[in-house]
Amino acid sequence: MNALTMPVPDPTIIARRDSIVAGLRAILPGEQVITSEAERRAYETDALTAYRTLPLAVVLPKSTGEVAAVLSYLQAVKVPVVPRAAGTSLAGGALPLADSVVVGTSKLSQVLDVNFRDRTARVQAGVTNITITHAVEHGGFFYAPDPSSQLACTIAGNIGMNSGGAHCLKYGVTTNNLLGVTMVLMDGTVLEIGGEYFDSPGYDFLGLTTGSEGQFGIITEAVVRIIPKPEGARPVLLGFASSAAAGVCVAAIIAAGILPVAIEYMDKIAIEISEAFTSAGYPLDVEALLIVEVEGAEAEIALQLERIIAIARHSGAMHVREAANAVDALAIWKGRKAAFGATGRISDYICMDGTIPTGQLPNVLLRITEICSGMGLRVSNIFHAGDGNLHPLILFDVNDPNELAKAEKAGEDILKLCVEVGGCLTGEHGVGIEKRDLMRFQFEEHELVQQARIKRVFDRDWLLNPGKVFPLDLQLPEAAL
Amino acid sequence: MIAEELVPNSESEVCEAVMAAGAAASCLHIRGGGTRHAMANAEGKRLSISGLNGITLYEPAELVLSAQAGTPVARIEAELDSKNQRLAFEPPDYRDLLGTEGEPTIGGCVAVNASGPRRVNAGACRDGLIGVRMVTGRGEIVRSGGRVMKNVTGYDLVKLSAGAHGTLGVLTEVTFKLLPKPQTQASLVLRGLSVARAIEAMLTALRSPYEVTGAAHLPAGQGREGATYLRLEGFDFSVQHRSRELVRVLTPFGEAERLDELGSAAVWRDIRDARAFQVPPGDVVWRVSTRASQAAALAAHLSGIAKAAAFDWGGALIWLTCALDGDGGQAAIRGALRAVGGHATLARAPAEMRMRLDTFEPLPDALMNLTGKIKQAFDPQGILNPGRMYTTI
Repeated sequence: MNALTMPVPDPTIIARRDSIVAGLRAILPGEQVITSEAERRAYETDALTAYRTLPLAVVLPKSTGEVAAVLSYLQAVKVPVVPRAAGTSLAGGALPLADSVVVGTSKLSQVLDVNFRDRTARVQAGVTNITITHAVEHGGFFYAPDPSSQLACTIAGNIGMNSGGAHCLKYGVTTNNLLGVTMVLMDGTVLEIGGEYFDSPGYDFLGLTTGSEGQFGIITEAVVRIIPKPEGARPVLLGFASSAAAGVCVAAIIAAGILPVAIEYMDKIAIEISEAFTSAGYPLDVEALLIVEVEGAEAEIALQLERIIAIARHSGAMHVREAANAVDALAIWKGRKAAFGATGRISDYICMDGTIPTGQLPNVLLRITEICSGMGLRVSNIFHAGDGNLHPLILFDVNDPNELAKAEKAGEDILKLCVEVGGCLTGEHGVGIEKRDLMRFQFEEHELVQQARIKRVFDRDWLLNPGKVFPLDLQLPEAAL
Repeated sequence: MIAEELVPNSESEVCEAVMAAGAAASCLHIRGGGTRHAMANAEGKRLSISGLNGITLYEPAELVLSAQAGTPVARIEAELDSKNQRLAFEPPDYRDLLGTEGEPTIGGCVAVNASGPRRVNAGACRDGLIGVRMVTGRGEIVRSGGRVMKNVTGYDLVKLSAGAHGTLGVLTEVTFKLLPKPQTQASLVLRGLSVARAIEAMLTALRSPYEVTGAAHLPAGQGREGATYLRLEGFDFSVQHRSRELVRVLTPFGEAERLDELGSAAVWRDIRDARAFQVPPGDVVWRVSTRASQAAALAAHLSGIAKAAAFDWGGALIWLTCALDGDGGQAAIRGALRAVGGHATLARAPAEMRMRLDTFEPLPDALMNLTGKIKQAFDPQGILNPGRMYTTI
């Protein structure tokens, strides 16, 4: 994973920059075509900030028709396109190429229709995740997937990466909450897939597209399921003397037939960093904590929490803090939600995203610590314990190239470990550039080739978001597919 | 008729069968449990997956189960039941409706993306599916997903293979995320509502916070009073609470009668398996997926064509019964759907009629074009289930 290379930019495309920009200006009004270096800077990276590249130009279409016109033009002149939603990808999914045009969806920001009767919302793809909930909460609804970046990230990127969040243990991830999309292919074809009804006919193009990392087309509209808000929800915070005890507790809760909406895990370093920043009142004398949230009517919540707390005590919990009210609940969540930001204040970090079978938790946590300390690096572990989706944050100093290389190597070893124990490279952040070269660790060659064939069905010339997801040699025109 | 049936006992034997069919420029018709109608006038050989039988992984504490594709659904459900867990999507069994024998298999469920009444709350078969192994038309074993609940590593061929009717690959193993089995269930029944009022009642219940996991309406007919069923599942105290609240919310629709656990389970089994609709033998049956809010108007519009309509998923699924003549209602049903959105699948008809009609909703040109190319990418020689979904696929 270290020394990530990107495809060599095509000098003949860069030489044609003026003509390409003129072509884009013929399609879109002036302010929607961004060419100055200062303004392009804002698009040179995403949340994987160690990698930066200035694109040729950035365009911000305002309609499906404009996206189609832009893409069919860029296909005709054979210019790569990097789709960009909010640019919050932790995997480099929105990293530009020097010979590419970035097509941003930020001006597609309207909520088009809210349908409480059918429990659906139709939105333009550039609306933020939280906007959907804001648009429907007056009717007693919410949009379920809740990535940590939900204030900033948009539904276009959520669909591109099949984003999850803390509450997907009960409600599923993006693909389980999506009913339809409008997608523009590289040749300008506009596809309508699904709609305000269940299970679109034919092959599941909706499912196939979700998580395709912007390599099939650019999503301009989406129809999502909205869900009635529960009567109430409250978390309990549980502290343990060891990660193993926390792991035992998670398994015991599930074995008791309780399906909380969220089970979040933080280790000692994550607790300390988070507490120093938020003063959420987390216990500092524990090795691991769990935040377990349940939903329902007040009496139901109370009974479920009582059962969970009994299980936790039986598993050796040394600290129990039940949220008595909404203010307490917010305080308990505050530390967890701010954990990534708090870490960013004290150190640079890379955030891993492997998923493992939950039974492997204690073993994997030990080995993560060994891997990182073996390289002289600190690691803080935060993850969705109910579904085994790990987020080790590997701390390093970005000004020291040697440290970045070590951090990337540690990350690689952790992800390989996840695959070895029966899990996967990425649970919700996507492959992007970050895990591209590890794909051969997860898949056999012919399996990658089969996936690459699908890419070619949608985009014969690999113009859409090239350099991502697949090892670069599979993306060459001469690759045998 | 198909003369020969192959019964591979391993994934590698499936590969061999596919390669042999390719070498002979022949094709294979995949048979799950044989609970659906076979293709009429098909050439080539039948490939039964009955030899791929068995649960390969079950970790109750991780809510995950893998099984070979030919494993009977009943066997999986029994195993899950012993650990107080279940499949979320409530696999249906249409043998009574279709008049077929055989045994529903988990691979067959996935191939057709079969989902029962709980689809309205907990998602379809494809939503619970987290991993597949398949043998493509190239004779290659391809895996996608795995045994963990959250996985975005590579394109989602798991979703693509669910509902592909075996046209892209022969499924050999499937993996599901599971749910704890609720402690109990109960249903509320509203009687004598018109279709329009019944749909309103179901939409009202489904937008409440009380987690309704089933909402179906069986209209009046054949000497039977119309009945609207709403299901609640969970811990006993929770079901008690929510049913009280739901009764209150449903007051404008009349007095709700309460079915206890056994009564509720029996009703929903019959709805799940389409037995509750009492379709007369010989009639043509369509399954229509549409916007629940439009279901009553759609059914009224089609009342001259359809002899009966029953509603599941709060009205988002309409079972239409039509007389066995002409196009079985195809043109009228699909024409009406173009105005409101949705699609119709021919669920039951005699072989002669299935030959003439489009079983699945015809796709717009752009999607049909992509469909052909996806098929080509997985099965370039057209070995697997030719004609099963679309004549050109």
